[in-house]
Amino acid sequence: MNWGEITVDALRTSFGVTAAAYALAAIGLNLQFGFTGLMNFGHIASLAAGAYGVAIPLEEGAPLWLALLCGLAASIVVSLFLGLPALRLRLDYLAIATIAGGEILRLILRSRWAEPVTQGVYGIQQFSDSFFDLNPYPTGPTDRIGIGDFSYDGRSLWVMTVCWSLVIIGTLVVWMLIKSPWGRAIKAVREDEYAARSLGKNVFFLRMQSFTIGGVFGALAGMLLAFDRNVNPDFYLVVFTFLIYAVMLLGGAGTILGPIVGAILYWFMFEWLDGFVLSSIQDGWYGEALEESDAGPIRFVLLGLGLVLLIVFRPQGIFGKKEEVLLSDS
Amino acid sequence: MPSGNFGKPNGVDAGGTPIAGGSKSLALPGLVVLASLVVLLLAPLFFNLGSSTGAGAAELAQAETTQPDEAESIRGRLVITEDGERVPVPGAEITVSQGNNIIGTAVSDSDGQWQIEVPAEGIYSVSINVNSLPEGMGLTDPDRQTLTDVSVSEGQSKAVIFRLGEAVGSSVSRVERFANLFFSGLRFGSILALCSVGLSLVFGVSGLVNFAHGEIVTLGALVAFFLNASEGGPQISLLAAAVPAMLITGVLIGGMEIGFWRPLRDRKISLVSLSLVTIGLSFMLRYSFAVVFGTDFRSYRDYNIQDPVEIGWITTTPKNLVIVIISIGLLAGLGLFLMNTRSGIGIRAVSANRELASVAGIDVSNVLLTVWIIGAALSALGGIFYGISEQLDWLMGFRLLLLMFAAVILGGIGTAFGAMLGGFLIGIIVEVSTYWIDSEFKLVVALVVLVAMLMVRPQGLLGLKERTA
Repeated sequence: MNWGEITVDALRTSFGVTAAAYALAAIGLNLQFGFTGLMNFGHIASLAAGAYGVAIPLEEGAPLWLALLCGLAASIVVSLFLGLPALRLRLDYLAIATIAGGEILRLILRSRWAEPVTQGVYGIQQFSDSFFDLNPYPTGPTDRIGIGDFSYDGRSLWVMTVCWSLVIIGTLVVWMLIKSPWGRAIKAVREDEYAARSLGKNVFFLRMQSFTIGGVFGALAGMLLAFDRNVNPDFYLVVFTFLIYAVMLLGGAGTILGPIVGAILYWFMFEWLDGFVLSSIQDGWYGEALEESDAGPIRFVLLGLGLVLLIVFRPQGIFGKKEEVLLSDS
Repeated sequence: MPSGNFGKPNGVDAGGTPIAGGSKSLALPGLVVLASLVVLLLAPLFFNLGSSTGAGAAELAQAETTQPDEAESIRGRLVITEDGERVPVPGAEITVSQGNNIIGTAVSDSDGQWQIEVPAEGIYSVSINVNSLPEGMGLTDPDRQTLTDVSVSEGQSKAVIFRLGEAVGSSVSRVERFANLFFSGLRFGSILALCSVGLSLVFGVSGLVNFAHGEIVTLGALVAFFLNASEGGPQISLLAAAVPAMLITGVLIGGMEIGFWRPLRDRKISLVSLSLVTIGLSFMLRYSFAVVFGTDFRSYRDYNIQDPVEIGWITTTPKNLVIVIISIGLLAGLGLFLMNTRSGIGIRAVSANRELASVAGIDVSNVLLTVWIIGAALSALGGIFYGISEQLDWLMGFRLLLLMFAAVILGGIGTAFGAMLGGFLIGIIVEVSTYWIDSEFKLVVALVVLVAMLMVRPQGLLGLKERTA
């Protein structure tokens, strides 16, 4: 067991591309769930819309700016398709409707009917050259930037730079939104829909706006993940949304910094446990009971356990205020 | 709650926000939809006009991705000879399996090509789904629908051939095809109905949306697997294993209600939080199954190979008939229990109105315990039936979860009869829809029914109107 190596690996992941993309997606989900009280279980649809929205035009040879616009437009269309029917529903029905909506989108994207455009189950590869043309970092096979093992190759660092910048901008945007009258209005919708309505607020439009803006953040996260790897329909599973929930709840739903801290901490713990479980199996701590291939599932068992304990014992997450959490009955 | 601009009755967003406010917000979403649709529709035109070189590069990239790589695989090209010309046959389903494990399925593309990657060198069997071929087409030799002993050596992409021609003898009439799909839907629907009753009743009694319900289904199926087919287990027949598996699952889930959910409710944790807790639980259970059971597909020891029987237009196996009969019998029994016994009436009373039932002297927490146990036992049986008629794996229940939601929403969430009706309807809709549309869309159909039902009638076919408030 090499504790130092496990810790450095975990640290590297916790600031890596995936963590940054989770933070960005969690900012959007936080706006929807944390601030507006919308139990959106179809957030993955926004990521898929962003990813496909940017990958398809790029593959057809469109310039990067146009592709990015298409990605954002696609996410807005998906938000409207999902939101127009679903946002009139009660909390628990909304959850079921959005989970179904996200899965419908994924099944259509991977279908043979859509294959001429989406490449079906094969997904879209090698479309991101124009994004990496802008990369200022060296990308030689031996170039790594950082200290010792805590370092990244130039390609990842470029995606990370963009993604963390967007996370910071997004956090500032959400901060300004929440401080504005609009922010107070959506929190009013969260706390008491009928009170907000009786004061002349258009609850449905407030929800729709929050849902769509949140979806745009999800789409940005989806785009950056698409640049970093490829686009494959089976990446956009229902389970992914649950993981973003875990990140958001860990940082604290309804807090400004929650998504950032949640993403860093989540990935640090997840990767650290991964390394720890794998090493301890290799070191024979459990005898014959566990094999190396069990390490992957076990970290998800621990993730589930962590989620249960978090909600039961600290529903406000790290940063949240207990009185301002949808999760606890006031 | 800070009350900022609440004093201004007409301002939805009184200035200072980047979001369109007031009356303008009515028009804005519409415009955005229109604009983005236009962009999406026009975008491809621009690309094709201005990017002849880009398109070439894209084609190259695409060609690279469809090239078989050095991993082992099985592939082929389906063609039919018409007037001396070889015409590709797209859309046919091919399945590769090894023993009872399905390795992968593929569908022939527009050129008739198909390819399935296999994990390693070895002996595999390859079968073609004759029903997925265009009407009137079949194998020239109907006995060669499954090719066993296809050997793949290291790094090889093995080609196999299915000879296609006019369907001989075994041609299935439209009525027969419809009848068989309907029966298949009835079978799947009875499994869904068994699995969904618990989900619906627990919601009705406690208001909890249980995202871990699929794992109860898997648990029941895997307990029966341990009793029936596991090397370390007692290896009793499945018939003898099913009842203990239902009891064990019921007791485990009932114990969970007493030892886990009750303390949580005593802590006054909200229903939203409890729903998120079920997500955590579903992760724990599902991946525990992956550790204990592994991630392969497996089968029970019994009822694997059966000779088909013909009843009227329907051709099926005895096991599927028995599944349908037992399910309908058990669900009818549950119906009688709910209508005529004291506990049954109690369950329905609490589902209809918890406070009123509680005031009337019904022990709500006792009713909830009963509901968890009955629901878990029926889900376990549903899981066992699903395992018999298809296969077992760690994700089987999770895969059914959205269909179970569709069933309970369609029938009316919170009611047992709604879940039964919804289960049968969703099962039949899913299977019969493939008569008209591609089978890869059958799940989409069920999910669209779910969303549509929530729009038009959220209380479901048999639900109570008050629930929507």
